[in-house]
Amino acid sequence: MSGYRLANGGRIDRGVRRRFTFDGRPFEGFSGDTLASALLAGGVQLFGRSFKYHRPRGVLGAGSEEPNALISVNRGPGRFTPNLRATGIEVYEGLAATSQNRWPSLRFDLAAINDRLGMFFPAGFYNKTFMWPRSFWETLYEPAIRRMAGLGNPPTEEDRDHYAATYAHCECLVIGAGPAGIEAALEAASTGKRVILVDEQDEAGGGAMSDPALWPWLERSIATLAGAPNVTLLTRTTAFGYYHDNFIGAIERLTDHLADIGKGPRERLWRIRAGEVILAQGAIERPLVFDGNDTPGVMLASAARTFALRHGVAVGRSVALMATHDSGWRDIVAMAKAGVGVCAVIDARTNVSNDVQAEAKALGIPVHLGQCVIGVKGRHAVQAIEVASTDGSRRRTIACDALLMAGGWTPTVHLWSHARGSLAWRDALGAYVPETCSEIVRCVGACAGTWDFGAGGLINTLPSPKPSHRARAFVDFQNDVTAKDIRLAVQEGFRSIEHIKRYTTTGMATDQGKTSNLNGLRIASDALARPVTDIGLTTFRPPYTPQSFGALAGRAQGPLFQPTRKTPIDGWAEEHGAVFELVAQWRRARYFPKPGEDMHVAVNRECRMVRQAVGIFDASTLGKIEVVGPDAAEFLNRMYTNPWKSLEPGRCRYGLLLREDGFITDDGVSARLDDDRFHLTTTTGGATRVLNMMEDYLQTEWPDLDVWLTSITEQYAVIALQGPMARKVLEPLVEGIDLSPGAFPHMAIRAGRICGIPTRLFRVSFTGELGFEINVPTAFGRALWERLMAEGQHHGITPYGTEAMHVLRAEKGFIIVGQDTDGTVTPYDAGLGWAVGTKKKDFVGKRSLARPDIVAPGRKQLVGLMTDDPNLVLEEGAQIVADPKQAVPMTMLGHVTSSYWSETLGRSIALALVAGGHGRTGETLYIPMPDRAHSVKVCSRLFHDAEGARLNV
Amino acid sequence: MILIHCPYCDEKRPEIEFVYGGEAHIARPADPATMNDAAWERYLFIRNNPRGRHHERWRHSHGCGRFFNAVRDTVTDRFETTYKAGEPRR
Repeated sequence: MSGYRLANGGRIDRGVRRRFTFDGRPFEGFSGDTLASALLAGGVQLFGRSFKYHRPRGVLGAGSEEPNALISVNRGPGRFTPNLRATGIEVYEGLAATSQNRWPSLRFDLAAINDRLGMFFPAGFYNKTFMWPRSFWETLYEPAIRRMAGLGNPPTEEDRDHYAATYAHCECLVIGAGPAGIEAALEAASTGKRVILVDEQDEAGGGAMSDPALWPWLERSIATLAGAPNVTLLTRTTAFGYYHDNFIGAIERLTDHLADIGKGPRERLWRIRAGEVILAQGAIERPLVFDGNDTPGVMLASAARTFALRHGVAVGRSVALMATHDSGWRDIVAMAKAGVGVCAVIDARTNVSNDVQAEAKALGIPVHLGQCVIGVKGRHAVQAIEVASTDGSRRRTIACDALLMAGGWTPTVHLWSHARGSLAWRDALGAYVPETCSEIVRCVGACAGTWDFGAGGLINTLPSPKPSHRARAFVDFQNDVTAKDIRLAVQEGFRSIEHIKRYTTTGMATDQGKTSNLNGLRIASDALARPVTDIGLTTFRPPYTPQSFGALAGRAQGPLFQPTRKTPIDGWAEEHGAVFELVAQWRRARYFPKPGEDMHVAVNRECRMVRQAVGIFDASTLGKIEVVGPDAAEFLNRMYTNPWKSLEPGRCRYGLLLREDGFITDDGVSARLDDDRFHLTTTTGGATRVLNMMEDYLQTEWPDLDVWLTSITEQYAVIALQGPMARKVLEPLVEGIDLSPGAFPHMAIRAGRICGIPTRLFRVSFTGELGFEINVPTAFGRALWERLMAEGQHHGITPYGTEAMHVLRAEKGFIIVGQDTDGTVTPYDAGLGWAVGTKKKDFVGKRSLARPDIVAPGRKQLVGLMTDDPNLVLEEGAQIVADPKQAVPMTMLGHVTSSYWSETLGRSIALALVAGGHGRTGETLYIPMPDRAHSVKVCSRLFHDAEGARLNV
Repeated sequence: MILIHCPYCDEKRPEIEFVYGGEAHIARPADPATMNDAAWERYLFIRNNPRGRHHERWRHSHGCGRFFNAVRDTVTDRFETTYKAGEPRR
């Protein structure tokens, strides 16, 4: 053990040694050490390199506010975590920690040249320097900056850990288990309330752990809480976000501190709903701003005290204190009593109270009032400090190996701000404190601004006789922002702290400015010569500290990210080699390749077989709604563009559904089963939306209509039989339905039985061939599919997937809502004016079809396109122009919405939305692509069997 | 996550059970055909965007399925009240 470990004291267990490595070097610590305390005990002061200038950095704090000592921990494949704070990593046997943002090594980092070039990296240097040439941004600047500046490397492998999640409810949630939080929890627990107490550290106690006088109280209190059945104490748990109605997100770290992580989850996400929230988050000590304040060995006084009294580690052998607040004096006195060598106490104030001074003087510590540190000697570690009187006279050098800063305290109001609580400025504290909040929440202890740390803390930028533009006086350590950067931003005209923050990036690092915000604010306030309260305050947002994506995702990843809906025929498709695609959470067979077939060969064969013989298609995913009631026809008449009252039972109709603004939102064939009963179909993706829209009108606009809507999407399996042989396949299986063309014409529905199963049999076609859609109860879907396959064997029955379905419908010019329409297409634009019941007095969207914009000429209209090169299949989404030689940016006339190879026509076909398209038939237009412009002719979208002869057989 | 009181279920439930339905108390005109373009535009597109009390529609889509009205403060997201569709504006 090195001489930096104090002979005794601390809450570490000196009987349990922990061996670990830092950058490959072996170290030893004790149970109860953090990586920071164990490395400091081992004489390490250099922990990392800074973000922009690659300056050597040590530890600044002792908790989650730490901005500098960011560490990567590697626990093997798929278990690499960057950017952990050394002050929060518990040392376990075998811990392998590495420093970040340095090459080739931490002590010798080539990129530290950035520090010498600091004058070229002023505030906003991204915006200023790399304006041109534009092409250099992606090829040169960005890669170079990304290599040079930054934090740890992101993990390259998939996370092998798993993560749990749970809900919890309580009357009282206390966040922060320092003295104030523990007292609040004890009080709430004594009333019998369910209490949850969370704390981010490995042990409850907060600041009390750095004060041995409080340990007996702490032990008693924790024992009381642990013994209370109504109290849940969660350590290693960070309450990271405060959401509406006292809903708090917290993440509990379960295995990161263990040598053997076992098989359990790594972290657990707690979603806590609390009756009352008590925030006891404490306060964070404020650094002082002076030249060289980021040198390794310069740290917060409270942090040094924690290392000494909690971990039994001296941060130096000869420690100096620079204070503007009484609390630093108390800390250094406590440290001196614990055996830490103290060489000087410097305070910018001249009026430090005698009580505060007395103890330091009694211990023989040299005291220098009215003086300030103006510089630090040493690059990788503090060797000495330069001190001068506040008026600039009497400069001298004091040798020391650590310098503590005591600049006052900032109440931790992060969660309060998440809850949108308001803040009030307190001049006496030089800080914002919680004021009012609409949630049921209160703040206790230091985060409420009520602390007994003493007085002071109003001078954060130390006066110095040195020229201020030469000082490297850091405000935001993690983002490398200096006081000069903030003054420069003000000089350049920035006035609001929101703009200053974004321009200088102060407070924008992963620590969210826990140590820097108030200093930055006050420097800006000075530079603007306006009070702090006039320049605003930036908003804290969740998470309080960085959290793992794994914990937030929990089990909702991979196949469990969202449900996969499967039809009853899915298993058959899988067994028969189908290639699937996801459509609105449904897994649909896209095509059924035979051995040796690629997609195009398979799809061409499927299309051919439908047109020549018969295809079988799983249409079960179609949205289906049953509309029942005496007013059902009236209701549909108001919803759809088409007339419905005249539709006879047993007949079907293609229905077009508009939004009130006149644009197509859905379509589908629907059948009238009876006077008061309809079977609607919707698009696969539109089922939920359509039902919601219909419920909306029914419940809120026409509650007088007696109609009931029921989703039956999952109650029916739907098998489409399409092709000239479809009737032949069906005939032997159907009972009670006359399939002859006269008795069962196109666009009709019959109820009966198929293979003994009750069915709603539709005679409809989305292919242009003779077609049936057989609806049977879902449970019979697969059995019927297999019977049809067997029956269809000698008719050449061929299963086809969604890809062939798309090609076949495009050959007939049938639209797919959402592909050939985009929410700005009217029935007239889509060439579906025939489906609009213009004689109807009203329907949803009717009035909008007369809006000036919708009747204006030049609207994009759906047309067919044929490429001059019949073998060329256009890209869907490709833009269309009239003249490919015009200057860029060209005038776009529209875009290709659907494009396929048509096996039936032996050439490519496409659908497109083109400005004024219906009047352009026969025109040549162009599709400019990176290699060349393709010429196309506008045509009718009825590519195949325009007169519909194949349907009516 | 906001808790919303469904006036039909008479229970406070988490907001993931609900979907938002836009501003409330905008009745569909009885006879749209008689409306001029400006009046139709007002009905179709023009909505209030107040800072403070906002009357709005919600649907308990993963519950009873009913549409209802609510008064929500757009600054604090606090629900002042919820009430059944068809009841007068509060």
